[in-house]
Amino acid sequence: MLHVKDLKVAIDNQTILDGLNLDIKKGEVHAIMGPNGVGKSTLAKVISAHPAYEVLGGSIHYKGQDILAMDVAQRALEGIFLAFQAPIEIPGVNNMYFLKQAYNAKRAKQGLDEMSAVDFLKLVKEKTAKLGIKADVFKRDLNVGFSGGEKKQNEMLQMSILEPELFLLDEIDSGLDVDALKSVAQGVNKLLDKNRSVLLITHYQRMLEYIQPDFVHILHNGRIARSGDISLAREIEKNGYAMLEDVRSVS
Amino acid sequence: MSENQVVNDILDKEYALGFTTQIDSDTAPKGLDKTILDFISAKKDEPQWMLERRYKALDIWQKMQEPSWANLEYPPINYQDISYFSAPKKKLDSLDEVDPEILSTYEKLGIPLEEQKVLAGVAVDAVFDSVSVKTTFEKQLKDKGIIFCSISEAVKNNRDLVEQYLFSVVPMNDNYFAALNAAVFTDGTFVYIPKGVRCPMELSTYFRINAVGTGQFERTLIIADEGSYVSYNEGCSAPTRDENQLHAAVVELIALKDAQINYSTIQNWYPGDENGKGGIYNFVTKRGICKGANAKISWTQVETGSAITWKYPSCILAGDNSVGEFYSIAVASRAQQADTGSKMIHVGKNTKSTIISKGVSAMRGLNAYRGMVKVGSNAKGARNFTQCDSLIIGANARAHTYPYIDVHNASANVEHEATTSKISDEQLFYLMQRGLREEDAVSMIVNGFCKEVLGKLPMEFAMEARELLNVTLEGSVG
Repeated sequence: MLHVKDLKVAIDNQTILDGLNLDIKKGEVHAIMGPNGVGKSTLAKVISAHPAYEVLGGSIHYKGQDILAMDVAQRALEGIFLAFQAPIEIPGVNNMYFLKQAYNAKRAKQGLDEMSAVDFLKLVKEKTAKLGIKADVFKRDLNVGFSGGEKKQNEMLQMSILEPELFLLDEIDSGLDVDALKSVAQGVNKLLDKNRSVLLITHYQRMLEYIQPDFVHILHNGRIARSGDISLAREIEKNGYAMLEDVRSVS
Repeated sequence: MSENQVVNDILDKEYALGFTTQIDSDTAPKGLDKTILDFISAKKDEPQWMLERRYKALDIWQKMQEPSWANLEYPPINYQDISYFSAPKKKLDSLDEVDPEILSTYEKLGIPLEEQKVLAGVAVDAVFDSVSVKTTFEKQLKDKGIIFCSISEAVKNNRDLVEQYLFSVVPMNDNYFAALNAAVFTDGTFVYIPKGVRCPMELSTYFRINAVGTGQFERTLIIADEGSYVSYNEGCSAPTRDENQLHAAVVELIALKDAQINYSTIQNWYPGDENGKGGIYNFVTKRGICKGANAKISWTQVETGSAITWKYPSCILAGDNSVGEFYSIAVASRAQQADTGSKMIHVGKNTKSTIISKGVSAMRGLNAYRGMVKVGSNAKGARNFTQCDSLIIGANARAHTYPYIDVHNASANVEHEATTSKISDEQLFYLMQRGLREEDAVSMIVNGFCKEVLGKLPMEFAMEARELLNVTLEGSVG
């Protein structure tokens, strides 16, 4: 599904990723962990073509295709979805209208007609019921005045409507209490199947109790320093990221 | 593609209404003196008293100086190099006699003069250059006692009303452009709504500048008698030409006791090219007076065209408890300059005014909000709320805000809020990450920014405005 090779990335002339390799197969859940500022979010943003980041070298293949030349929207329409850590507020843009436009952009890409407003509302009702969230909140302006939990739920709703194949979840646990975290994680789990893959970015191991990863990677010095299974996350939880310094001295 | 490039492409779409119509015109020689006034007055078959007023206005104008206080830059206008009158040659009695070329021009403009408008319930007074070509719905309106005709007809047929109210809100000596208009005004609309009558349809006028090198100087007068209501829509476009054309219009609104006037404008005159070549110079004086108690005047404008816009629709709130409103969207892209805003003059007690201004600047556009809120010493309990937001797209666009507040009564409550924002990369990234193309994302953000004002426009007009702002309409409301 996703094949990242020797990726080098800079922002404002400062190198963030420096030869990162990562392979995600269909149906797999990968967690990326690491201390603050190590470039975890950078990885998610580069995969989704954020214009602020400069790719200095390496390649990103998605579904067998080199995607580096594609812009943000093109990659999104190919099925890459980034769930934001802090979804931005856009005043005056109705949340439902936005979602409908996004959904119809996807339909257009698939050669389908636009869905009518009535049918779309039905779809939203169905999805929100499945996710166990209330639709009323989402009739306001896009993320404007949403609580932290509502913003994350809105990301979930978008995800469930747009049905992406590659989920990039960027610290979606930040700012959530345990109950909200559980509900968001359950939402994600409901969307997953053997054809969809996840790149889960998180600080803390607790998220991994709810969305269980097949692989855990530790990002350090711009590349994957260690890979393992859930036990690696538990080790980090116990010993902190300080142990990575030893790793570096070894490598 | 950079953000600027995309935005420029979107905003730089070719001016779609830039066609000209080949018809024989009856055009006055260039220049301005008494003989031109005689020419205009004779062409319009005016009574002598009107001609006398024109002489007086010319006299006033000749002693005035062109104002220079606005934040606008343009080469000096040679007022002797303009033709002040242009009219289609044929005399017109009915629609059948209207030059088919003119009708097809209207079609291109998307003004359905006939059935569609009947269905839409809109009466149109179409002004083609300087002569009102055709007035629809006049009869239906007449049955209610409503007068909806060209100002030239009103000068002839409704002398009492015209004499009483013309120049009563915008006097001849109000400003340089108002004086010029008073001397040479060619046509425009006259509306009178009798006591207690609610005008059953939206009234609408389309202005269009067609002939080369002509200015358009229309004058509109709307009188809403006690307890009446009218909603009036004005739309404008002009052909693409290299030279700059002058447009100096005057609009006067009079709302008597308990009356309400809603006045909406979509101004889409040719904006000139990206180097500032060509385009309309739009110097307009619009003012309304709430003469009686509980009267209300509401201005809504969407200004997307013109090379230069100089325009401050205003309200004099004379009657107690009267209300004035101003809702504005002004877009300045390419090399456009807009200096626009409103004046709210509180005279009566418990008068209330609202100003909501949304300025969008893109490319090398310059957008200035200029507003004045004045509370007189007798205006006990006056309230004003002003909100003035600017959205800047790209690195070369500019926005300025010049609010003037002048309060002479301690019980007044005047609020002013202002924001300036840029379309951020993060907003674009978010929308595009959900699959929207960059241009759709930009227009979605711009529309969101203007939403409050778009919502104030009559439905049909709002649609046109949204299209102008490059947006799909469907579903965005509510």
